[in-house]
Amino acid sequence: MQKIVILFFIFQFALSASGQDATALVMKVKAKLDQVNDYEADGKMKTNVAFIKAPIGKVKIFYKKPNKFKLKKDGGISLLPKGGVSVNMNSLVTTDEFVALAAGEAVVGGVKTTVVKMLPTNENSEVVLTTMYIDEANLLIKKAVSTTKENGTYEIEMSYGKFASYGLPDKVIFSFNTKNYKLPKGLTLEFDDNEKPLTEEQKLRNKKGRVEITYSSYAINKGIADTVFK
Amino acid sequence: MRTLINIELYKIFRRPRTYIAFAAITALIVLIQFGLKVDGQTYVDFMLNDIGSTLEIDGNVLNGYLICYIMLQLLLVHVPLLIALIAADMISGEANMGTLRVLLSKPYSRTSFMLAKFIASTIYTLLLLVWLAFLALFVSMWIFGTDDMFLMKSNYVVLLKENDVFWRYIGAFLFAALAMTTVAALGFFLSVFAENSIGPIVATMSVIIFLTILSTMNIPVFNIVKPYLFTTHMISWKEFFDIQVTESNEAILGSIQNKERILNSAIVLFIHIILFVSGAIMVFRKKDILS
Amino acid sequence: MQSIIQVKGLTKSFKNLTAVKDLSFTVNEGDVYGFLGQNGAGKSTTIRMLLTLIEPTAGSIELFGMPLNTHRTEILRQVGAVIEKPDVYKYLSAIENLRIFARLSGLKPTDQQLMQQLEMVGLAGRAKDTVKTFSQGMKQRLGIAVALIHDPQLIILDEPTNGLDPQGIADIRNLIRHLSRDLNKTVLVSSHLLNEIEQIATRVLIIDKGSKLVEGAAADLFDPSQTLVELETLNNEAALLQLQESKWAANLQPRRTGALLIKLHRNQIPGLHKDLVEMQIPLLSLQPRHSLEDYFLQVTSGQHAHTH
Repeated sequence: MQKIVILFFIFQFALSASGQDATALVMKVKAKLDQVNDYEADGKMKTNVAFIKAPIGKVKIFYKKPNKFKLKKDGGISLLPKGGVSVNMNSLVTTDEFVALAAGEAVVGGVKTTVVKMLPTNENSEVVLTTMYIDEANLLIKKAVSTTKENGTYEIEMSYGKFASYGLPDKVIFSFNTKNYKLPKGLTLEFDDNEKPLTEEQKLRNKKGRVEITYSSYAINKGIADTVFK
Repeated sequence: MRTLINIELYKIFRRPRTYIAFAAITALIVLIQFGLKVDGQTYVDFMLNDIGSTLEIDGNVLNGYLICYIMLQLLLVHVPLLIALIAADMISGEANMGTLRVLLSKPYSRTSFMLAKFIASTIYTLLLLVWLAFLALFVSMWIFGTDDMFLMKSNYVVLLKENDVFWRYIGAFLFAALAMTTVAALGFFLSVFAENSIGPIVATMSVIIFLTILSTMNIPVFNIVKPYLFTTHMISWKEFFDIQVTESNEAILGSIQNKERILNSAIVLFIHIILFVSGAIMVFRKKDILS
Repeated sequence: MQSIIQVKGLTKSFKNLTAVKDLSFTVNEGDVYGFLGQNGAGKSTTIRMLLTLIEPTAGSIELFGMPLNTHRTEILRQVGAVIEKPDVYKYLSAIENLRIFARLSGLKPTDQQLMQQLEMVGLAGRAKDTVKTFSQGMKQRLGIAVALIHDPQLIILDEPTNGLDPQGIADIRNLIRHLSRDLNKTVLVSSHLLNEIEQIATRVLIIDKGSKLVEGAAADLFDPSQTLVELETLNNEAALLQLQESKWAANLQPRRTGALLIKLHRNQIPGLHKDLVEMQIPLLSLQPRHSLEDYFLQVTSGQHAHTH
């Protein structure tokens, strides 16, 4: 949960940014996202981490302004990257201590985006840098990359469809670094077999984890009890 | 033949020793269940310690399915002792009691005696496993409920959907039956050579411990013989709990990662059973009964 | 008369000893066949070969006119045996043991039949007790009940009186008589004690170190005309000289120990006694023995150079 909070602060900072264009853009995005007071969404979650073999699971996502967020699995056991998936664009936009810098343009998923770099003004911030790729025409955040001091870099990629007018994505891909997973065979009571050692490339790939959430429906501004988030 | 098998079963189940095995399994399982019921979260936290720094694991991890897996993992190493207790005593015990000569001067061929005895020890082995399954699986399911099965293997973790688990247990227990029958066959084979029960029981366990150590150690010299050791194949029941994934790393419901390994292990174990039993019969047919 | 057991040239060699050497004998229907020999003479090995527990190195065995190695099952169906100790399942009761062995002989006796069998050996009162609690004699009787449960034609008893008290020994003797006379069974009974055999056997075989010493009808072997008298005097050498001069010279036998041996008909003993007195030989003892006992003595004293 720690990371959610961190990312949450990143975007608070963003809004206090002094870079004029960049700040204005972020404010526009915020205004758009502010339409949503709460939502309840259904979706499917796919965990794609090299050392995890898991089936696709159904999830329910709840959000309530300003920053309440909950992902529930429809029964069963869920594996989520710590904090990461909870980040949603609505909670990005609150206020404060940030410097926003325009950093040119880039193409994300075939769409031209404006790149905004946001630097925290608070030295104690866990986040070192967040880069946002904003589709200016539609005021949608297409991609956000945050570099943290201790937990590496997170990347969130979003694609929009039916709910683009609310700034809500149809699909979120959350990429994160994983540590190497290894338990001693003595602990798992397995015998060594002649496994081939992993190649360097595989090792590298093993370190990237992805969680994809595909939203099938949103119920927006229908009111949600606070108890849901407990 | 049925008469012989019935008589052998009657003898097995009239002996107090037989029930030691059932009592031991009951005690062990109840103990583990009690421990996990009281302090299971600590155990789970310990297991998840490493992976928990990257992932948040949500749900009833410590459910009946996982507990049964943990117990099978622990118990299937020790069950051979309980099987040896009976199987390695089948011939040697009778020799020790002096009943072997009475038995063999009855109008049945030695081969049918041996087959009946082996079949009886196999039935005992299977009943022991049924009892194990009842306690470890069904009682655990009842006490701890069922849910998805989150399994931590040495190199990766596997998440099996709740409705994709039970059939794997059927497979695993069938495989375990084959593995334990191999142990019974080994004990049975060794029991031909002795006139007291302790020798073959200890010998059976020693062979299994010795070969298990060879199977466990990752030393290149041993790796050459490993595929031929039955102990290497005895734990292949675990393969039932490994699932195949698609290109995009999505688990395929109802699939098994290493079907060939299960099949291969089953064949190796089956060959061992055939060798041990036919070896025992061959030796026994020629044996002078001096006890 | 049908031969029940016919053994020819039977030999069994273990790694470093030959337990049975070229043994041949025949047991006929209705015989009580006494099989005598010291402990370790090869009796048990022979009996085990008859029961297919041990495979002969050489020779042939026929039972009921059929070769044992080809007709094992048919033959064993008609054989009942107690081999050495009467071992049964100690954790089972008498009646349970009896039921198991009856079923192994292809019978499905009722509890009543089993009880009758136990009654015959005097164990009806302990039918439900585990054998663990039984005395040696009771186990022996249970062993016999087990051997007889399937009403076999041939009964093989290996040292059936071992460990029994005098009453137990007498009971076994009576049982063997009963089996032979009343039920017309053929009985092969082994023992290392002559007096056990001589009272019941119709034929006798004595073996030593795996070889046959003598075999024959008990009536012949216990022949009164072949009685041997052992004389012990104050001076055996002087007595020998005197006897060599007397009419008993032809009856004198080579000596094995210090004692003098004279072979004669049992009826001649009073005459011998009278002559000894007349010759003023200072007699210490005069012991008549029949020839079988003589054989047996040779065996038990470890001498067998002497022949008859």
